[in-house]
Amino acid sequence: MLDLDLAFFDPETITRYVAKGFVFSLQLTGIAVAGGIAFGTLLALARLSGRKWLEAPAAIYANGMRSIPLVMVILWFYLLIPFLTGRSIGAELSAVITFVAFESAYYSEIVRAGIQSVPRGQVYAGQALGMSYAQNMRRVVLPQAFRNMLPVLLTQTIILFQDTSLVYAIGAYDLLKGFEQAGRNYGRPIEAYLLAAVVYFVICVSLSQAVKRLQAKLAIVR
Amino acid sequence: MKYQWEWQVFLRDDGSGRTYLEWMASAWGWTLSVSACAWIVALVLGSLVGTLRTVPGKGWQRSGDAWVELFRNIPLLVQIFLWYHVVPALVPALKGLPAFVLVVFALGFFSSARIAEQVRAGIQSLPRGQRLAGQALGLTLAQTYRHVILPMAFRVVIPPLTSEAMNIIKNSSVAFAVSISELTLFAMQAQEETSRGIEIYLAVTTLYIASAFSVNRAMAWIEARMRVPGTIGGSR
Repeated sequence: MLDLDLAFFDPETITRYVAKGFVFSLQLTGIAVAGGIAFGTLLALARLSGRKWLEAPAAIYANGMRSIPLVMVILWFYLLIPFLTGRSIGAELSAVITFVAFESAYYSEIVRAGIQSVPRGQVYAGQALGMSYAQNMRRVVLPQAFRNMLPVLLTQTIILFQDTSLVYAIGAYDLLKGFEQAGRNYGRPIEAYLLAAVVYFVICVSLSQAVKRLQAKLAIVR
Repeated sequence: MKYQWEWQVFLRDDGSGRTYLEWMASAWGWTLSVSACAWIVALVLGSLVGTLRTVPGKGWQRSGDAWVELFRNIPLLVQIFLWYHVVPALVPALKGLPAFVLVVFALGFFSSARIAEQVRAGIQSLPRGQRLAGQALGLTLAQTYRHVILPMAFRVVIPPLTSEAMNIIKNSSVAFAVSISELTLFAMQAQEETSRGIEIYLAVTTLYIASAFSVNRAMAWIEARMRVPGTIGGSR
């Protein structure tokens, strides 16, 4: 049987190796969620605008991004950003830009479905009150759409948090890397990977439990 | 800015007597075989677990739920490391297994949780009368599943299974982390060796899209042949 030695994972190891990676994973998730939802909403509005010249590029972007493995997207950005700007920006910043760009494609699909779930009469009601397109979107359609899609948005966010571990491909220092580094330095890789799995598991399970409770609370009563 | 394309890079020798084109072809083969094997593992386990979650009896449902929660809430990359580093140390029988097999298990178990969700949803989408009709005919629980529920449920879940199959191809890229010589690892190594990253990434990306698209077409063909007569989708 396996004899595990978890003793070396004391507070000192955790602050030295894991904390830094954990902070980066959280930052990456936070920025990608905020940026992804912002750009994703714009993409969704473009796809629902009824104007071909806006719809087509947005559709190509969203479908293109979603048909490529995330690891390849991470590699592409890491290659292209220095190539286009002429300077190297480091794995961490490159990962942040990649995730915002990649996640907006996924969030745009969720937002699009959310907007489409709003009854058409709501749009007519807004128009009848003399609201402009922007007012109608901001005050009538989007608030209801976001309420409808909140559980799906949060589920996507849990997936996003898990996917941040893929920045491994370009060597960015995230939560997983922190555990791996500690495991390597102390010659205890098995314990390190196990602990990493437990930490990810606990975070993701608590988030998904929260989503379930929220879902029950938030459903719009019609 | 004018980029100097250099597609001849694929005809260069990679130092072991084969061209980069040949290396890429073999890497594509690895991607496809990892995905295909993982897909089979995922389909078998996922159907089993998904079915268990609909069987009467709290014990079955709880273990099915636990399975799904376990494999859905740990990142795939971490699961691959667990299979590669931790499982062989834990289960001596698995020591010495090639990395390919471990990655197939990792990807298969990971995807089985998602397929179990689809299968469960498919079974629960069936009208309750189907199950009751089976029981009224005197079928045992197993017979009801075998002859009434599962044949219907599987036809209902083909569309979500299609997107899962495409996800498996995309997710197989994570196998680079344990040095499986698949497309993503090829892209990383060839980029480093040749410095012609753009050409190489373009070719690899195209292969990924082509693979996913072929799966999509194949599943659409199966779906068209398996439609349930009498439903809106299957009027013939």
